[in-house]
Amino acid sequence: MSEHDEKRTLNNPKRRRFMQLSATAAAVGAALGTGLTSPSAFASGKLGYPEKEQLTFGFIKLTDMAPLAIAYEKGFFEDEGLYVSLQAQANWKVLLDGVVSGSLDGAHMLAGQPLAATIGYGTKAHIVTPYSMDLNGNGITMSNSVWAQMKELVPHNNGKPVHPIGADSLAPVVEQYKKAGKPFNMGMVFPVSTHNYYLRYWLAAGGLKPGYYNSLKGDTSGQLGADVLLSVTPPPQMPATLEAGTIEGYCVGEPWNEQAIVKGIGVPVITDYEIWKNNPEKVFGLTSEFVSKYPNTAVRVVKALIRAGHWLDENNNANRLEAVKLLSKPQYVGADAAVIAKSMTGTFEYEKGDVRKVPDFNVFFRHDATYPFYSDAVWFLTQMRRWGQIPTQQPDSWYFDVAKKVYRPDIYRRAAEALVADGKFKPSQFPDFATETGFKPATDDFIDGVTYDGRKPNEYLTQFDIGLKGKETV
Amino acid sequence: MKPVQTSASIGSETRSAGMALMGGLATRVMWGLGLPLLGLSAFLLVWSLAASHINTSLGKFPGPVAVAQQVQNMYQEYERAQQKKAAFYQRQEARNAARVASDPSYKPRVVPYTGQPTFVSQIGTSLFTVLSGFLLASLIAIPIGIAIGLSAGLYAAFNPLIQLFRPVSPLAWLPLVTIVVSAVYVSSDPMFSKSYLVSMITVMLCALWPTIINTAVGVASISRDLQNVSRVLRLGWWTHVRKIVLPASLPMMFTGLRLSLSIAWMVLIAAEMLAQNPGLGKFVWDEFQNGSSQSLSRIMVAVIVIGLIGYMLDQVMLLLQRLISWDKKAVLR
Repeated sequence: MSEHDEKRTLNNPKRRRFMQLSATAAAVGAALGTGLTSPSAFASGKLGYPEKEQLTFGFIKLTDMAPLAIAYEKGFFEDEGLYVSLQAQANWKVLLDGVVSGSLDGAHMLAGQPLAATIGYGTKAHIVTPYSMDLNGNGITMSNSVWAQMKELVPHNNGKPVHPIGADSLAPVVEQYKKAGKPFNMGMVFPVSTHNYYLRYWLAAGGLKPGYYNSLKGDTSGQLGADVLLSVTPPPQMPATLEAGTIEGYCVGEPWNEQAIVKGIGVPVITDYEIWKNNPEKVFGLTSEFVSKYPNTAVRVVKALIRAGHWLDENNNANRLEAVKLLSKPQYVGADAAVIAKSMTGTFEYEKGDVRKVPDFNVFFRHDATYPFYSDAVWFLTQMRRWGQIPTQQPDSWYFDVAKKVYRPDIYRRAAEALVADGKFKPSQFPDFATETGFKPATDDFIDGVTYDGRKPNEYLTQFDIGLKGKETV
Repeated sequence: MKPVQTSASIGSETRSAGMALMGGLATRVMWGLGLPLLGLSAFLLVWSLAASHINTSLGKFPGPVAVAQQVQNMYQEYERAQQKKAAFYQRQEARNAARVASDPSYKPRVVPYTGQPTFVSQIGTSLFTVLSGFLLASLIAIPIGIAIGLSAGLYAAFNPLIQLFRPVSPLAWLPLVTIVVSAVYVSSDPMFSKSYLVSMITVMLCALWPTIINTAVGVASISRDLQNVSRVLRLGWWTHVRKIVLPASLPMMFTGLRLSLSIAWMVLIAAEMLAQNPGLGKFVWDEFQNGSSQSLSRIMVAVIVIGLIGYMLDQVMLLLQRLISWDKKAVLR
């Protein structure tokens, strides 16, 4: 944690109170762990050898799988005595099924997947996440024709559109579609994906209704009362689906926004960094069974991933070009290196030729990117509630309970401390574990200026015009 | 009495025989080499002409030259992978030795190479899967085919099932098979990987039907004469099946087996693509997802290899039929 962050924590009385509470809880937990069950693997002491050496991890062809590729190629997994095979998966559903069925030991996952699986939305399984893979890294791309119409409504400065571009400039286009009796379709990658939530956030902030889920009545389309109809397409197929005219735009991770520019079929209008500055993105997911059966292995996997994330951000992204070359190999992301480089090296190309600096477009270590914050989990849960995936009101305590069931900073802490003991990291590179509560300070870094405080999920939801709040149901 | 031959007549005979031979040779060369080459070169010409006119968002559609270059690239990739593999085992050995030194109770175990399977090893995986699925299908289908061919009653009972399941697409079976295998095949140290079982069983389910139907029809249509012979000799049931039914229905059975094998091969590629199970199908799908400027030509390489292997499998079956068949004069193609 940087000095600045530390000050923020200490000056926040609410945060301090929370710290005391959770410190007590941790002490109780540790006592239970050492006293009753077999020796707790996540207690301190020398980290043992991995119980399971041969592991298979799944991933989707996206640049934010980079920590996995780097940990493999740079030998960080092997340094922990782990022999890992990385397998690209066809889509997020196949990947989730792989982790649940055990054919995959772990995977690069959408943050919503472990949460939704644990509360039983969609697939039911207890999946946990000890490591958050990155911040930011997504974009929203519109087809050329839609962009041409939007562009007329977007304010310009020196002949270039002023960013960020809100969905209010999309609203008249959608209105025209409605008048003509045509549906306005857009793609996202999975019902509980961050992309679904960021796209919905952006649309709603611009006054467009993205539609509700009604899981009480078994409606999983998420298109009830929608202005814009969202449907699922696997990330690498987004450009092809846009090209085929099935959708007018999409929200997806990289390089599939920049690929649209290179293929000349669409224009990325906004990055998720501009929707919510330094928003949490992918996580690394494992089953809770795996973690309790192979505790040393779990800690060692996280150690390797922390090193990989750090390597990616080291010396002001100095290693990014090398990472781009690795990711362009057919077994990883596979797109041309030039396409991957567009977003991975601190820039982002919006319209063709309109290259702008976005140094934090994809963050893998700095800003405590890898620490699994409870407040991130709570945010994803609020979005599930907002759009009806969680159909009825839940007390704030329910949000915290789910977050604690799924997010496992204890494993992260064990890994970080082992890395410090190995002499590979300094304690200052991690959050201060003695005081860390897992709740980031409240922030209003959103495109609509709404303030999010992870400790008050229900209060947070009341601030939106579009979306469920309180006792409302669809 | 021997006819007297003049030298002239001998000469003319050999000459005409020679000419016939030459003519025969020319015809055979023509049919065996000339026409196939003509067909192939016409295809290459049409391909490269068509390719140069198809513009995709990933660049031009690959022609024969681009594909040939990609074959070379992929071979180099294979060689690099072999080097990485060797280095992997070396590192592992060193690591194991170090651990044994610090922890003498540790019994080192060699973990197989964890890197990306190469194109060559994907071919191996696919071949192994298709052959085992096909073998299993045949082991089930041939006895069933014989049984329902011999008994009209059994046939009537079984026929609706065949008609019901035969047209089912492999892609419809796949989700069921995947879920059942995941639920049923639970073992801490599995002998086969789940992905292998899923592909193999899907292939088996789709490859059963042609063999069953053809065997049944073959068995049912054995000539009256043969059946009468069996009756006159008072052959036992088992001898009747072995000496009369099997040899007589073999050509039909092989037609079924060849159809089954080609279906098995097609189904396997589709199943691998959809379920992301290792093999050539996964290679194609991964390349489609990559969307790099080389993807199309790499997929084309895979398409050609898939076709070649399908052809080769069929030829192997043909060879097998020649070896086993009683009637060596039958025209097989």
